[in-house]
Parts: sequence; structure tokens; C-alpha cells
Amino acid sequence: MERFTTLTGIAAPMPLVNIDTDMIIPKQFLKTIKRTGLGANLFDEMRFDREGNEVEDFVLNQPAYRDSQILVAGDNFGCGSSREHAPWALLDFGIRCVISTSFADIFYNNCFKNGILPIKLPQEDVDKLMDDAERGANAVVTVDLEAQTITGPDGGTISFDVDPFKKHCLLNGLDDIGLTVENAAASIDAYEAKTATSRPWV
Amino acid sequence: MTAPRTIYDKIWDDHVAHEAEDGTCRLYIDRHLVHEVTSPQAFEGLRMAGRKVRAPEKTVAVPDHNVPTDPTRLEGIKDEQSRIQVEALRQNAAEFGIEIYDIDDDRQGIVHIVGPEQGWTQPGMTIVCGDSHTATHGAFGALAHGIGTSEVEHVLATQTLIQKKSKNMLVEVEGSLAPGVTAKDITLSIIGETGTAGGTGHVIEYAGSAIRDLTMEGRMTVCNMAIEGGARAGLIAPDEKTYAYVKGRPHAPKAGQWEMAVDYWSTMNSDEGAHYDKVLRLNAEDIPPVVTWGTSPEDVLPITGVVPSPEDFEGGKVEAARRSLDYMGLTPGQKLSEVEIDTVFIGSCTNGRIEDLREVAAIMDGRRVKDGLRAMIVPGSGLVRLQAEEEGIAQKLQEAGFEWRMAGCSMCLGMNPDQLSPGERCASTSNRNFEGRQGYKGRTHLLSPGMAAAAAVTGRLTDVRDLM
Repeated sequence: MERFTTLTGIAAPMPLVNIDTDMIIPKQFLKTIKRTGLGANLFDEMRFDREGNEVEDFVLNQPAYRDSQILVAGDNFGCGSSREHAPWALLDFGIRCVISTSFADIFYNNCFKNGILPIKLPQEDVDKLMDDAERGANAVVTVDLEAQTITGPDGGTISFDVDPFKKHCLLNGLDDIGLTVENAAASIDAYEAKTATSRPWV
Repeated sequence: MTAPRTIYDKIWDDHVAHEAEDGTCRLYIDRHLVHEVTSPQAFEGLRMAGRKVRAPEKTVAVPDHNVPTDPTRLEGIKDEQSRIQVEALRQNAAEFGIEIYDIDDDRQGIVHIVGPEQGWTQPGMTIVCGDSHTATHGAFGALAHGIGTSEVEHVLATQTLIQKKSKNMLVEVEGSLAPGVTAKDITLSIIGETGTAGGTGHVIEYAGSAIRDLTMEGRMTVCNMAIEGGARAGLIAPDEKTYAYVKGRPHAPKAGQWEMAVDYWSTMNSDEGAHYDKVLRLNAEDIPPVVTWGTSPEDVLPITGVVPSPEDFEGGKVEAARRSLDYMGLTPGQKLSEVEIDTVFIGSCTNGRIEDLREVAAIMDGRRVKDGLRAMIVPGSGLVRLQAEEEGIAQKLQEAGFEWRMAGCSMCLGMNPDQLSPGERCASTSNRNFEGRQGYKGRTHLLSPGMAAAAAVTGRLTDVRDLM
């Protein structure tokens, strides 16, 4: 997994609430057996018409936002299915950070496994960043994970919370499985030995 | 003395295999269900790192999302990408020593119907699957939730999941349901109350006499849609009904261990005075047959209602409602019972069990699917299909004008040939009405099996009570 330390990039506004995983990556693109290549179909049914032409007014099709690395989104971003194809598609497009008032739990978790930082903020902070993002190419935002701050185009700074373990893994690009094997293998062995007698039917 | 605990607290406590200094836990996973769409990258990860599946005997695989539901699938899946995914699952199961119910096996079906049916699902267990509707298994008093593919790989390799504990939410439904009102109406009504983010960060415990009175099938329908209310998991305390359902199934505890298992399961109840961070109470008598009008499962109204106006909402929902109405082709003020439909879909992990098909058969008694309507029934598993055939339901429904299919996820998510066309309007017993979910520009109205049958008869959204 790629490390996430600081990110300076254009933020795209997507104020719609309840942006679900079917919008992020429609089901017809889940038939891949790879993790890469999904960026071409990110937000496919909002971004392209049936003939494959770009929908002009969709935010990521506008010249100012084509290279966005950050999304500022409406409430409950990523609701719906557990498909990790949603963060894979965002990452493959180049999005490394999503900011909203709230995220669906599974999507939120999946982001951290893929080097994407989801940031939860109070409504007023999201409103402010949404305003900033509306400025297009001038909406360059800097996210500093170590310091847990977001700096807007006018220099104002917003702080955010993040779970210390998730932060540690993201800052160092750590692989969860490696960590578990290294730190917990003996405990898992002991747990299995114990439950073999206490709950043998399992 | 320990503080009073909820079922969720108890299952959690019994499964913490490792707790780090910062409070991060590795939760032991008792059952891992695997399907073809969210697993190939996980198995590939294991191969690349030279890792094995730690507990293949606690893991089971079944293809469901991609598989066509017409019998010609046995000659080979025509769609190349779908075929590759299903073949990859078959090869991975063989390579890593995992039991698989393949597409020519009567036990094949939707993973969340197969798990309980084969006795893999039991009270007090932790159960995961790379699918958000894993909450279904919570009906047995298990902690069951969906995970992403990286977590699928983590569970395959370590049989644990890195977790932080969620909060407890209680949803209590007391009283008796009125005739024509079902488990689906309960679960949709709850989402209508909480919204799709109301349960975020929580595990929901469904309780109250209306929940206890449900059959196991009904309880599965309720828990299935916990995720549509934002909760990763929903669960119900196990009781005699639960034990009776599990007993004798192929993977249920064997004779010598059965009593020991039941003793343990009977402790899986929330203690008196246990703490809940959030509580929602509903009266069963107040729940009518409902239907969704929009493109979010929270867009729930009684069938006797009218299509709302964007101005009825506040904040970001105003724009979302406007977009939904445009997508759904509906006009504010229009009576829901006058909305004409093109298609009826009965099936899915929400409503693809035998009880659901019986409910449809009861409404269809002496009636026919309206001419010109496309109506399909997709049993949730091969065994549900066989049982319906034995009970004579299958023949009866085919004579009434329904297509009778092989088991799979089918039109619930449109990853296989069963899809809606642009503008096609469907009365669906599935769980999501998102844009494009059942097919590009397809329009979905979520409802109960009985309501779907009523719509099949009249060709419009219909109050099932009018046909009872």
C-alpha cells in the first residue's frame, strides 16, 4: 500500500448526499479479477452517457477538476455494498482523500486498506471546504496526515480526527496481514486451542 | 460482578483473540463465506505472498452474483468476464482446500441463503463475507457483517479481523403485525425512520414481541437490511425457533455436542439493564404495507401515500429528492397505488426463501400475472427451488404467468443477464433501489413478496390488503 503523508491537490465538490457504491463504480465493472484499471469507470453512469460520451456538467469532466485528488462530498458517502472496487476506482482515478460529514462504515474501512484517507468533519467545516472546492483549479487544498490538518486555498486550517492505528498504518504504508502475523500469531494459536475445548462444535 | 452486557458485547468478548495496547482488537472469525466477485483479488494476494488459508474448514465458497438463472448456464456461462470469475472461484476453492457449492449443485444459491440452510450459520458466532448483506446471519444471534476484499484476504490468512468495537443500538418492535404486513415492511419502516445513516457505527439488536413472533425466514429478512440503515450488523437473540431451525442441518453441531452448544447459545441474550447508545421503538400495529418511491432505501412510504415533493425535505435531501423523482419518472402528489409497473422481481437474499414464495403463492391463488407484464421468480437456492417444486408452488406460479428460474442473485444487482432496460419500472422484493442497481436507468420500487404479487396481478403498485 502506498503511504499517505501529505497531499496537495485540487478538491472537487460533490454536494449530493448518499453517494452510494453503485454510483461510484457500477456493478458491470465488478467482474474484474484485478484491483487496477477501474478509474476509467469511476462514477461511470454519472460521468458518461450511454454512448460513452462525457456528460459535460459532471464535475470530474470539467477542465478545472479533471486532475482532482480530493473529493468534498455530501453526507453518508460510500453507502451500500462492501465492494472494495469503490476505493480501487477512486484510487485508480487519482483520488487519495475524501472529505464528508459522514461515511458508510465498510467503505470508510476499505479506504484505509488502500492508501486513501477519508476525513469526517462537522457540517460547517465541510460547507467551508465545499465553497473552496467550488473555486475550481484555484481550490488547491493541502492535507497533512501527521499534523491532522487541512489547509484551504485562503490559508485557513481545519483539524480532523483519525484513529491512531489507522493513521500509523497509512503513514507507513503498512500491510495489515503482515502486522497480524507478526504481532498476533501466538495469540490466535492460543485462542484456537482454548475454543477447541470451550466451543468444540465451532 | 460484570456490568450487564448486550448480545453484541458477549459475542465480541468471546472472540477477541488479541488486543493491542492501543485497544485495536483482532476478532476471531468462526465462519467465512466467499463468493466470486469480491474474492479473486484476495486469493491472488495470498498466492503472491505465499500464504495459505488458515482455516479452510471454517470457510465455504459459492458463486451467486454473476451466475445466469436460466438452465442453459449448465452448458457454460456465456459472458466471458462472469465465466472467468466463476472459474477463478472454482480454482481457488480447489487450490486452497475450501468446500464449494458449484453451479450444478442443488445446494448452490445466494450465499446468505445457503449459509443458514447448510447449518454453517449458528448462534453466538462471528460470520463475515465480502458482501454487505452478511447481516442476514444476525437472525441467528450471530455477529455477522460485510467486509471488503482486503479484509477477505486478512481473514483467509489469519482467521481474524482487525476491529474497533461498534456502539449498541436497540430497535424494539412491540405488538402484532396487521394482516398483509410482513418482515419486509418492518425492516423498510425502520430504515424510513432512521435514514440510511441512522445505524452507522452501530450494531443493531432487533427485539420486541413482533420480532420474536417472526419465523426464522422473517428474522433473516429484517437483519438482511440492517446495512441499508447504515449498520454493518443487525442481530436477534436466539430462541427455541432458532435452535429448531439449525438442528439436523449438515454443518450443525453433531449429537454429542448439541446440548453443549444449546447451553452456550441460551446465554446469548442481552442482560437486563444492558446499555444501548441509541434506541428506536416502533409499534407493530402502526406499520402498514410500504413501498419505496425514490433511489435510497430510506425513501419509504405507505402504499396508501402519495409521491412527495422535494420541498418536503431539508438540507442536502432536497436536491437528492429532486434527482430521485427525475430518475424515477414520478410526479409529486401522484398516488403510489397508481404507479404502473413493467416488471416484477421476486427473489434475492432479502426475500428468496420458501416462506416468501409461499406468500406469493397465497396472493396468486386463482389469479394471473397481468398480460404484458414480465414477472420472474428466482429462488434463493437450489434447495428452495426443489422445495417449492415439491410443494406444488412452482407449478402453480408458472401457470399464473411467472418465469421460474435457477438460483442466484439475479436482478437484485444486475451483474448477470437478468437486468432492467432504461426506464423499465420494477416492483422488486430486493434490498436496494439505487440508480442503475437493477440495470442502467432501471427504476426500482422495493416491497414485500405479497405486495410484489399484488402488483403482478394489477400491473401497478397495489395495496396487498385489497387482494386478501
